[in-house]
Amino acid sequence: MAEALRKDFKIIGTRPVRPDGIPKVTGTAKFGADFSLPGTLFGKILRSPHAHARIRKIDTSKAAALPGVKAVITGADFPEQKNEFIGPERTAVNFWYMTRNIMAREKALYEGHAVAAVAASSPEIAEKAARLIEIDYEVLPHVIDVDAAMAPDAPLLFEDMTTRGVEPAPTRPTNVSKRLEFKLGDVEKGFADADIVLEKTYKTEAVHQGYIETHACLARYDADGQGELWSSSQGHFVVRNLTAKLLGMRLNDLKVNPAEIGGGFGGKTVVYLEPVAMLLSKKAGHPVRLAMTRAEVFKASGPTSGASITLKIGIKKDGTIIAGDAALRYQAGAVPGSPVMNGCLCIFACYAIPNQRAIGYDVVSNRPKVAAYRAPGSGIAAFAVESTLDILAKQIGMDPIELRLKNATRIGAPMLGGGKMSHEGFVQTLQAIRNHPAYSAPLGPNQGRGVASGYWFNGGGESGASVYVNADGTVVVSTGSPDIGGSRASMAMMAAETLGIPYDQVRAGVSDTTTVAYTHLTAGSRVTFATGLAVVGATNKVIEDLRARAAKIWGVDIEAVDWVDGCAKPSSSNVGKFEALTLKQLAAQASATGGPIGAAHAVNAAKQAPGFSTQLCDIEVDPETGRATVLRFVVAQDAGRAIHRSYVEGQMQGGAVQGIGWALNEEYIYDEKGRLANAGFLDYRMPVASDLPMIETVVVEVPNNDHPFGVKGVGEVNIVPTMAAVANAITAATGKRMSALPMSPPRLLEALGRPGKEV
Amino acid sequence: MSSLQYATPASVQEAVALLAKAEGKARILAGGTDLLVQMRAGMVDPALIVDIKKIPGLRTVTREGGGYRIGAAVAGAELSDRADISKDWPGVVEAFDLIGSTQIQGRASLGGNLCNASPAADSVPALVAAGAKATVAGPGGTRIVPVEEIPTGPGRTSLKPGEFIVDFVLPAKAAGTGDAYLRLIPRTEMDIAVVGVGVCLTLDAAGVCTAARVALGAVAPTVLLVPDAAKALVGSRLDEAALQKLDAAAQAACRPINDKRGTIAYRTKVAGVLARRAALIAADRARTN
Amino acid sequence: MAKHHVTTTINGESVEFLCDTRQTLLDVLRDELELTGSKEGCASGDCGACSVLVDGRLVCSCLVLGVEAEGKSIETIEGMAKGDKLHPLQQKFLEHAALQCGICTPGFLVAAKALLDSNPNPTETEVRYWLAGNLCRCTGYDKIIRAVLDAAAEMRGETHG
Repeated sequence: MAEALRKDFKIIGTRPVRPDGIPKVTGTAKFGADFSLPGTLFGKILRSPHAHARIRKIDTSKAAALPGVKAVITGADFPEQKNEFIGPERTAVNFWYMTRNIMAREKALYEGHAVAAVAASSPEIAEKAARLIEIDYEVLPHVIDVDAAMAPDAPLLFEDMTTRGVEPAPTRPTNVSKRLEFKLGDVEKGFADADIVLEKTYKTEAVHQGYIETHACLARYDADGQGELWSSSQGHFVVRNLTAKLLGMRLNDLKVNPAEIGGGFGGKTVVYLEPVAMLLSKKAGHPVRLAMTRAEVFKASGPTSGASITLKIGIKKDGTIIAGDAALRYQAGAVPGSPVMNGCLCIFACYAIPNQRAIGYDVVSNRPKVAAYRAPGSGIAAFAVESTLDILAKQIGMDPIELRLKNATRIGAPMLGGGKMSHEGFVQTLQAIRNHPAYSAPLGPNQGRGVASGYWFNGGGESGASVYVNADGTVVVSTGSPDIGGSRASMAMMAAETLGIPYDQVRAGVSDTTTVAYTHLTAGSRVTFATGLAVVGATNKVIEDLRARAAKIWGVDIEAVDWVDGCAKPSSSNVGKFEALTLKQLAAQASATGGPIGAAHAVNAAKQAPGFSTQLCDIEVDPETGRATVLRFVVAQDAGRAIHRSYVEGQMQGGAVQGIGWALNEEYIYDEKGRLANAGFLDYRMPVASDLPMIETVVVEVPNNDHPFGVKGVGEVNIVPTMAAVANAITAATGKRMSALPMSPPRLLEALGRPGKEV
Repeated sequence: MSSLQYATPASVQEAVALLAKAEGKARILAGGTDLLVQMRAGMVDPALIVDIKKIPGLRTVTREGGGYRIGAAVAGAELSDRADISKDWPGVVEAFDLIGSTQIQGRASLGGNLCNASPAADSVPALVAAGAKATVAGPGGTRIVPVEEIPTGPGRTSLKPGEFIVDFVLPAKAAGTGDAYLRLIPRTEMDIAVVGVGVCLTLDAAGVCTAARVALGAVAPTVLLVPDAAKALVGSRLDEAALQKLDAAAQAACRPINDKRGTIAYRTKVAGVLARRAALIAADRARTN
Repeated sequence: MAKHHVTTTINGESVEFLCDTRQTLLDVLRDELELTGSKEGCASGDCGACSVLVDGRLVCSCLVLGVEAEGKSIETIEGMAKGDKLHPLQQKFLEHAALQCGICTPGFLVAAKALLDSNPNPTETEVRYWLAGNLCRCTGYDKIIRAVLDAAAEMRGETHG
């Protein structure tokens, strides 16, 4: 589409105030925990204190008998599901596991695993009732670490689970749920031809998305079998579909209202509370409010995988990467479904390497089931590959950006998993960092500079939108995409630009599951791209209608009417002498020209473009305490084209800072009994304002020609390079190579005690 | 409805009587920054909350005999607002100011920080180094106790049933005296100390250290007053050799644990580092005092 | 015991409410008074989303008992704008896109107002340390810090870019 190459936009690329701004700065915006209905009951979930235990018996009679208790449920109250993986391999779901994660059945599989729930007339009664539920546990040996879980004698979470993806199918039970293998070329020959071959193992810890809003919802089940939910999520249609499936409801029996969402980062793409609250409401006959505490969020909602990666790279002395071989072992949590396939497909994606192989293992252990987290799986892989490239660049005496430029993927480069690289953008992010003044700025003692890059697929998929013109010429845009970071503004901007009218004439909102077409998650960096396409599609239908109405008023053919700068105009002087009709004028005459003006549009968007980011980190390390301080941080990222420039920068800054937390201090810490030792913001150490400098951004814009404005997703790739950029900076500052995250002061001080200089 | 009672005694005597009647089922509320968290986590389940903030003197700072009397419920932000005490005892004020966020500073009290009896309490090493004493009221009247004698282990104190802390006395500061507190946390704010070190020392006109007190936090079940560390400084001009002796003495005193916040090796090594750094800051202050 | 009857002032208005001893000021604001602008992010004083002023002092309302509000003056996010006129901080947060999801925003605004009330000309470092008790997971803090500095400049009557 030629439109994408335009640069003369009036609204695209500016920074207007978001439509939902005022409620969010005045405290009136309603988030998941802010809803109530008359007669609402308070729910409470009882959770396993054990990392791994067989549930012999649950006795809820004392809880049910407590005055004020209106419902008690256990896993047995949910319908059984088929044990089968549904959907494309990369995002397959299995409802047999999902229902067991929502509420334990045969076994409690991690500390914090839900085992029962109550609804009562006050929070105190609900808590008291939960304590009265008697559970007979047989405590079992547990396993936390991914490598330990793969050992032949490891305690098994599912005694009958065998590894998928291995031929012939194994019979021996294991915690390895799945094995994947992807390859290109001849890896062995590649290594034989290399001048230097480096093999190294990297480890990362599980980290949480860390959204500030805990999970919360309000559910009402009516006697006619209709249910209604108010819930904060990254996709109320997905909440509807999953909840309905888990409860055996029809999709049109369940309406989900999107609350404002207080952060998700992938962690609110699944359901935890909604099916429980709905089932409690069904049993109690009253609405039920359910919210997690912060400790519950850490213990029972998805962190991302901790992982262990063994990576081998072969390189020629001139810097040509000739072979790469990776084994990626990702924690899935207690049930299958880590993002290891993403890790496999992303690990070498930035580079045109002729011989590549990636083998992935999806491994269950006694931890909460992982959920998506910002480019899930890719950042872990990038930590390995970008650290190794940093070492190799030093070993051959080459500038690290030069090494990456020499091997950078370009259009047509074959990729693991089939297919070829189809978009530009990576080279430009490398050049942006190389040309940034920070790249050549001087450093002081104990300071070092690191760079790293990253890749993410970005998503497309299904989205719905509607656009209506009011009688006064103002425009309402509705989509099914929850707005986590300013997407209402982007939608309004794209509609206004398409219509040729001012931004403040358009209002964009998020509609519930009964008023707009199915819309997939606000995830995968897909909303501005895919939902944007739906908005532009609906807007174009409206323009078509407006032209038809002008044609009717003028008594000419629609082909004789153009839509220019918010007005209907005769397409040439041959059409006749007609005064242009503004949107406002046409809107005022809508009743007479065919009734209300509006259109809906739905898409299943393909041809999304991937995201690339290259980042620079300057760090100082206290040689006596191992404390690292980030001094300067620059993020270059290809946005395709920035719709709302501030919110694009905001994604880049936020992703990088999450990555800095992951790199330096965030981790799930378990005690010897397999219980999470740091289930709170006090000891799960996310970056605070005083930890950081300003985060400098370079918005690279290489348009995606398959989007009317050139949009690529911008939400996720910004976290991918960060951990490696920080690690590479630490090596430059200290002469020690950190191959495990987090690089917290105790670990760093221990490394500083190692003899010799490392690269 | 909750059965938890709440009382706001107007005098020390009234508070003592309430505590006595509650037979160990009462908790003192000053800033609440530990108590409310512990109640919510189910770690404590009191029958009575005694809010001591209405008792005269509990929220005031007064000059006394060249030193200061600080009410046990004075909040960190209230102490930081006092220019005089910030100038005289900067180590104590900074240590108190390091506890939690600005929001926590609006509530957290010295009495609470001490009686919560965390080995990692930031204000305690600074108070101990400064030679602060606590006034303890109880059924048997009041007694004066050196701060280092209050905590007896994590979450445990030497206070007898029915006793509570009314105020603290910081002594008049001798000429040439300076104090400092440093802690190591992974972030810049919002963490519990992995190691904390309070140093108070006095220099004579020639710059020779004539007296010192060194206290370590988060490296043992209680905050430690380390006489050997003080000895390393006394008689020296805080030269490199003396600082190395201080480092070694501090490390030798450590009896830490491995936990989610740090390792034994890390805490021990950093205790020495921070002792040196805090001593140098205290000496700088002593010289300009 | 019976509920406590508490008389207090919230955003300049005299308010009475009933509460249990266990209820925090945050519980009271949200559940009894329907002032849901103050958010619960942790209930342990670690995130700042429930920040309010009590007699002018910035505190976490999750760490104050409701009954302690007796006779106090409380300021919450709901009282920050005067009618339809936003406080300069609110305006600057919008202009700088200093919020993405918005859950932490009320706490940041209340905390930043407390800062500017006592220090009209803070440095970037002072702003960062003052706000260290307010967690934001979306923005990386950059635009928040800029918005606060810009609001401070505007409130001082300085021109700015």
